[in-house]
Amino acid sequence: MSSASEFAVHTEGLTRSFGSTLAVRQADMAIARGEIFGLVGPDGAGKTTIMRMLAGILPPDTGTISVDGVDVIGDAEGAKRHLSYMPQRFGLYEDLTVTENIFFYGELFGITRQKRLARSRELLTAAGLTPFQDRLAGQLSGGMKQKLGLVCALIHTPRILLLDEPTTGVDPVSRRDFWAILYNLRESGVTILLSTAYMDEAERCSRLALLHAGEIRYCDTPERLKQAMPGALLAVTSQDPRALRQWIAGQAGVLGVLLMGDRIHVRVDDAARRVPELKALLARQGINDAVIVPAEPGIEDVFVALIGARTAP
Amino acid sequence: MFERLSVMLMKEFLELKRDRWAMFRLIVPLLIQLLVFGYAATFTVHHVATAVLDLDQSQASRSLISHIVATSRFDVVDVAKTDRQITRDINDGSATIAIVIHAGFARELANGQGAPLQVIIDGTNSNTALIALGYLGQIVAQYSAREASAVTLAPGLAGGPPRGLRLETQPWFNAGLDDRWFFIPGVIGTLTLMQVVSLTAFAIVREREVGTLEQIMVSPIRPVEFILGKTLPFFLIGLGDITLISIVGILWFHVPFLGNPLIMLLGASLFLLATLGMGLLLSTFSRTQQQAFALNFFFVNPFFILSGFAFPIAAMPKALQWFTLINPLRYFLVVIRAIFLKGVGLRALWPDLLAMALLALIMLTISVRRFHKSLD
Repeated sequence: MSSASEFAVHTEGLTRSFGSTLAVRQADMAIARGEIFGLVGPDGAGKTTIMRMLAGILPPDTGTISVDGVDVIGDAEGAKRHLSYMPQRFGLYEDLTVTENIFFYGELFGITRQKRLARSRELLTAAGLTPFQDRLAGQLSGGMKQKLGLVCALIHTPRILLLDEPTTGVDPVSRRDFWAILYNLRESGVTILLSTAYMDEAERCSRLALLHAGEIRYCDTPERLKQAMPGALLAVTSQDPRALRQWIAGQAGVLGVLLMGDRIHVRVDDAARRVPELKALLARQGINDAVIVPAEPGIEDVFVALIGARTAP
Repeated sequence: MFERLSVMLMKEFLELKRDRWAMFRLIVPLLIQLLVFGYAATFTVHHVATAVLDLDQSQASRSLISHIVATSRFDVVDVAKTDRQITRDINDGSATIAIVIHAGFARELANGQGAPLQVIIDGTNSNTALIALGYLGQIVAQYSAREASAVTLAPGLAGGPPRGLRLETQPWFNAGLDDRWFFIPGVIGTLTLMQVVSLTAFAIVREREVGTLEQIMVSPIRPVEFILGKTLPFFLIGLGDITLISIVGILWFHVPFLGNPLIMLLGASLFLLATLGMGLLLSTFSRTQQQAFALNFFFVNPFFILSGFAFPIAAMPKALQWFTLINPLRYFLVVIRAIFLKGVGLRALWPDLLAMALLALIMLTISVRRFHKSLD
């Protein structure tokens, strides 16, 4: 697989089912070195299954996987030295301290003492965990646990990092620390593949795969995905966004309506034509405070537009 | 290899040390169960509630009854006047055994024609019933032997003591036939089996549940290293268990220890390896601690019953006898009883030791093979 080895991660026709459920179907991915590649999709779309197959702990039914040029199916143990995998809930030993957990995972990968100490100092500082070194892992907050998981996952300096929903349930401050670490890693040439259900996080990725029902439906940069979104996006604000949605949904030319907090996003086939129509419609309903402006689509809009509102994450 | 194994061990012992209740949980239940077994597990029967119906009212009948009562095996709870009263005593459970002496008992005895004695026994607890019946048989036999010699001597006939067979029993290795000597060594093996199998099965399933197993799988650790790291601590704990409860058995219950401690150590080690293998095997079939619990329950009790701890294997149906061949406890009970009470060595025990070694080898090999580093 000479072509596959140019990529950090390369899969072809990756398929896996559990019983009669097809969890992943014909997934093809080619992730270049140094990318932050995002898997986006609702729960049950197959994100974790893909991650586990890439990590070499779940054999696919069919398909090929190459990670850093190593054939994962043929040589899972060989591939493990190149990659690190952090499951949704990183397995920390709660009765061990922060330092002891790092020590344990470092030793498992056969890191020398000196390297381990230097690396853990660096990672702990980046994660803001230095003051908590002697605390039991079980007594850390959710965000700190997740950061400690990342530190443990990075202790052996992997070239490819697989993160399964790493920031789910993590507070915003810890999330920011987390991303700072990820950006640093990318600078040093690490390829990162992460799955996320957070759309703001998806925006930070260099490329995204939109996953639905086990299939990769779209795969491109966030910008190009936005351009690929059919129609134009309008933001409509008013006192009562719920009432707005009721009136607007189902009107001619309206492709989709998404409630976004204090406003709604309306996707229409032709903005120039539909804006006056909508204004007139709302005025007829007695809603005079509505403001309609063109909006930049976010990944959430794109996802819903491309894959459908019912399956939106 | 040794770095990864030693870090696994270090982690296990750190976790054990941090778990403040671990030592308590490991030791106290064992000691309590040893004491309970030591005092409660006995086949000896005392003070059986007895109803008596003496329709003869002779010196001979009264003498027989006082003989029976004198042993303290039987307590007379009711001196009945009628058959009906006896039936009621047995039915309502106030008496376990009823002795009926029919009219004419003394006369028949004096005639030397043999006097029948009726015994009614509540068979719902067949074990107690049989044991009590056994005692009664002995007492009556003694009594009748004395009466017979009195009868034969009375007329002043020559010819000396009566002829016939006399059984002289001389139990070896446990001259007093003390139940405790039989049970305590068995308890040591049984408790160790129960504790080690469940500890091992649960420890690995817990890593799976907490998610640390998934993390360990993506490291370059080999299954053997992981399994050794997980089981060696339990091996040591098991040896500690066996030593501790053996010492308590010897010092507190005065069970003799005649054998070689080194052979005991060898037997205990092989037994523990087989037991660990069993726990590991159960863990490879369980995804959650509930499943491990159910499997543990499903296997450990039959292993206990089919071990010869209380029920002789020779008396079991053939199919179950075959099953006992894969039961490490079966062999260890032979070994531990022999070492405690008989003091025999390798020459006598090698078949059982070999069987345990084979079982250990088979179970550990299967578990290592079944434990692939995959979530499938």
